[in-house]
Amino acid sequence: MPPQQRDLSALALLLALLVASTLPAGADEILKAGAFSPPRQAPDFSLRGSDGSELTLRRYRGRVVVLAFGFTSCIDVCPTTLGVLAQARKQLGEDERALQVVYVTVDPERDDVARMRTFLAGFDPTFVGGTGTAEELAAVREEYGILASRHVVGGSYSVAHSSSTFLIDRSGALRALMPYGHTADDYVHDVRILLKE
Amino acid sequence: MACLIAGSAFCAATWAAWSPIRSATRDAVFEIPKGTWARRMAGDAFEILPSEIRLTLGVQDILQLRNLDDVPQVFGPALLMPGQSFRLPFEVASRYQFACTAHASGQMTVIVEPMPASAWARLRWRVGALWKPERWR
Repeated sequence: MPPQQRDLSALALLLALLVASTLPAGADEILKAGAFSPPRQAPDFSLRGSDGSELTLRRYRGRVVVLAFGFTSCIDVCPTTLGVLAQARKQLGEDERALQVVYVTVDPERDDVARMRTFLAGFDPTFVGGTGTAEELAAVREEYGILASRHVVGGSYSVAHSSSTFLIDRSGALRALMPYGHTADDYVHDVRILLKE
Repeated sequence: MACLIAGSAFCAATWAAWSPIRSATRDAVFEIPKGTWARRMAGDAFEILPSEIRLTLGVQDILQLRNLDDVPQVFGPALLMPGQSFRLPFEVASRYQFACTAHASGQMTVIVEPMPASAWARLRWRVGALWKPERWR
């Protein structure tokens, strides 16, 4: 190739790369949450539900489940997340029944069924809590990669724990993980996408 | 010929500086290779991912992690099964610290920068993109 033609080819390639950097990469609707691909089946569990019955995930097939982990004595992350989820459920309007929030405790010592029921009712009476033995709950956390560690605070203790929530679709697949700090609008956005499938 | 090249380069630079950067979505893809866990267990503290990843809002703001290893790996809050990927979009410019078992240090940082707003910033971003292959995926 003559030198002049080579220079022109190089120039054309440079221009093509620059133009390519500005082209839209597709307009598919994407989740605000971090999405897993391929999604795996959400690990199921059997815990004591705050509604008095056995709490399993398969019981909510057909609905989108937001699975959260926390403890009722939490003073910042959990109240914020549950408040956001309650707001999101209201914003869903007619679709609110298609969203189920499940909140599994990381503090079985203090969070019994009655305490969880009272705590969750303050946000939304449809929210269901799950508790069990320390071993049962540790097994659930391991399946989801949830970290929880107990720290002494004054004469009591607190539990540092993973703050993200999981989005489980109507077929029971673990689709996404919503990091802490997202808004009710973001949850509504993602839940509507999952409901459309 | 020299004039033609200089003129074209000037036009390209002008366009790169003034044309807005548009993108519906851009993924920065990183892979945890097969055998990572086994090598770590054997005492090899090698790095397979950069300890710091830079993203740009509205341009390249989705981090995609692929676990090609034989064992589950934790990236930030996510537990990734073998063969699974995790695609995390960012909407707020900030510095994010994550736990990551794929790093020897156990930590990684994601710095999300705002969309280049000025002509100079756009030009710099586009020139920088030419040397960052992941920006073209």
